Amino acid sequence: MKLTIKRVPTVVSNYQEDAGERPRGGCGRNCLGHCCLPVSELPVYAFKANPTKLPLQEDAVPTDFFINLLLGQWEDRMTQGLFRYDVTACETKVIPGNLGFVAQLNEGRHLKKRPTEFRVDRVLQPFDSAKFNFTKVGQEEALFQFENSGSDDSYFLRSAAATVADRAPNVVAINVSPIEYGHVLLIPRVLDHLPQRIDQESFLLALHMAAEAASPYFRLGYNSLGAFATINHLHFQAATQRIPLAEGGIKSGVKVSKLMNYPVRGLVFEEGNTLNDLANLVSSACIWLQDNNVPYNVLISDSGRKIFLFPQCYAEKQALGEVSQELLDTQVNPAVWEISGHIVLKRRDDYEEASEASAWRLLAEVSLSEARFEEVKAYIFDAACLVQSQVEEETDDAIYAPVPVGPSAVGEGCLVIP
Amino acid sequence: MEELDELRGSFLLTDPAMPGHPIVYASRGLAALTGYPRRELLGRNARLFQGAATDRAAVSGVREAVRAQRAHQVAILNYRRDGSPHWVLLHLAPVFHAADGRVLHFLAVQVPIAPASPPRRHPGRPAPLAACREEARGEEELPCASHVGEVFVDIDKRGLEAEELRIASGCDKEMALSTANNIFSTLNRYSKLTGLVVCERRCDSVGIPALSSSLNLSLGRIKQSFVLTDRHLPDMPIVYASDAFLSLTGKDFCCSNHLTYPGYSREEILGCNCRFLNGPGTSAEVLEEINQHICREEACTVHLLNYRKDGSTFRDLLHVSPIRNSSGKVAFHVWVHLDESAKHDFSGLTPEVWQLGAVGAVRVAVRSLSASGSLLRPSQ
Repeated sequence: MKLTIKRVPTVVSNYQEDAGERPRGGCGRNCLGHCCLPVSELPVYAFKANPTKLPLQEDAVPTDFFINLLLGQWEDRMTQGLFRYDVTACETKVIPGNLGFVAQLNEGRHLKKRPTEFRVDRVLQPFDSAKFNFTKVGQEEALFQFENSGSDDSYFLRSAAATVADRAPNVVAINVSPIEYGHVLLIPRVLDHLPQRIDQESFLLALHMAAEAASPYFRLGYNSLGAFATINHLHFQAATQRIPLAEGGIKSGVKVSKLMNYPVRGLVFEEGNTLNDLANLVSSACIWLQDNNVPYNVLISDSGRKIFLFPQCYAEKQALGEVSQELLDTQVNPAVWEISGHIVLKRRDDYEEASEASAWRLLAEVSLSEARFEEVKAYIFDAACLVQSQVEEETDDAIYAPVPVGPSAVGEGCLVIP
Repeated sequence: MEELDELRGSFLLTDPAMPGHPIVYASRGLAALTGYPRRELLGRNARLFQGAATDRAAVSGVREAVRAQRAHQVAILNYRRDGSPHWVLLHLAPVFHAADGRVLHFLAVQVPIAPASPPRRHPGRPAPLAACREEARGEEELPCASHVGEVFVDIDKRGLEAEELRIASGCDKEMALSTANNIFSTLNRYSKLTGLVVCERRCDSVGIPALSSSLNLSLGRIKQSFVLTDRHLPDMPIVYASDAFLSLTGKDFCCSNHLTYPGYSREEILGCNCRFLNGPGTSAEVLEEINQHICREEACTVHLLNYRKDGSTFRDLLHVSPIRNSSGKVAFHVWVHLDESAKHDFSGLTPEVWQLGAVGAVRVAVRSLSASGSLLRPSQ
């Protein structure tokens, strides 16, 4: 029996159409596919191969070129009218409470079309080129390529051939249904038609982007299939905004913590000697989850130094009819931004009445149960060669208090503790 | 108005609200210069000083400045009561009511311009140099003066007697400015008694809500040259100006970054409408285009000629865009300027994208801070 739910898909590209609605002609359209991209030119942002550990003090001046480029390009696409609505015209507010959730009233985000069926019981599904994917996107929606400079300095080329050496280009594109100003997609190796699944290389690319932005307000997110990804073509999302969860500046000093006092159970990964270490650690956790069919969401914050991992089960509950009608009526699909505390509401009533309690109620449905979470956590630790710490620290009323769960011992052949 | 009687210099004040736009005050110096007793000037329109050989273009320039309610300087041939022609530097400045921004008066200062060579002495008129020493006391540069760039007629028609076109010297300009400055100060001193505060620019920094420190901090990180204006306040005043914008209005004569002629200070421009950047060479059509877009809450990018504080001009690539706060409504407009003649390094970005980056950063700051209610200082 296949578990499915009906969903109205989010349109992330102006080229995203139901099959059959647009006549499929020959491409003359300057898309991101094999037909057009290899002979096209896109701007290239080449990131630093080894971002040094950034100073953590507040007064350290961030290099703002990357953000300036991203926002400037985004604003340019706004003036070209490429977005389905002006997100800055959507009301938004901070919900009073400890967690600082943000609610946004956005009536235009979802198409008023008939919903399609999404299979939610398989986190890994093979790439299907008949379905919408990012090679069908027009180049005007692409902002720039994001490639490794191979050196200690980053640089920007206004125009460069789209395929550098033998690598398929990584593309940053706009999300035409943004949840906030500056919302973009990072599509690793767009021409390689990778399905939505994390591997070390793609995860490292996402970390590099966070490091390059070097801004406390720039976050990346990932939704697996079954955790409300709508397109089965490997992509991350990024936006600059004040997400409350990521602003919790808890530095526990350990590699992995369990998130406490939060409606969704999750793990927090921090530090690591290099981005590579952190990418190894988190991607191995994600790979276990994917391979074992556990849907999950990832939030990358703090310039790539802090990563939240949330296994979730909302879609499954929805398919089994276990979610209350009241929650279903809000039509909120709790993906990474929602879980992080940025909740987009479609009905004014829901927006006016949004409270921390109602948000908590929604997100609590997303979370794995305590028992199931502990079970999954144990498997993840195993897969990532982590050892549970024996020491349990007392953290009373701290918000997002991370309880160190390891590692405290060095395992052979496993990660080295600094 | 007795205070004005104490002032040196030749000047008059008009009342644009009265039919015929009459002179309502004339100084003793003006009477002496033009030969008209003061009582004869009251009630007349200032065109009585013009005559047969007065340059039509100069006259229409003055008329245009009056219509546009902005300052203007021009060398013009005027006629005294006895019909004799003489050259003056005419310095025109609107006098604004500080609170509601309406034009109360036009001030016209006349500074006699001596011929280039040799200097002629007429009885009763002090030699230009002597006048300079006495009257040009090195006053602070009036911001007004920045409107006036090099607008002087430059044609050489040697051989014509009094009709020879004259060029006002730097000394003449200084005298005009200092006279005007004195008049404004006097009017304001006078106004402390009557409560009628005047301004050489429409500005009212009193009514400007203070932006919160967190917004100031966020905006302060944006490197581009920009201001924020608030359309909901009278005459759409500036409520924020970036450091780069203040530098833009100064002039750098050396290769280093040290400005040799500083631009406006923040205090001078907060509360003022952006038009202090404009001058005679600024295209009225382009300004109108900007206004149209502002009214329609649309963004626009224009090229226009603007003026620095010292009066020099620069080609400005200007992008204006509405900025919404968390309510979704337009709270401010952002004006991002770029001096196209200056050298810039955008590390590969086009100038347009560089500017739009500032717009984006402002949007993010305003939206996120207003969502948490921290856009304005709590006392507002």
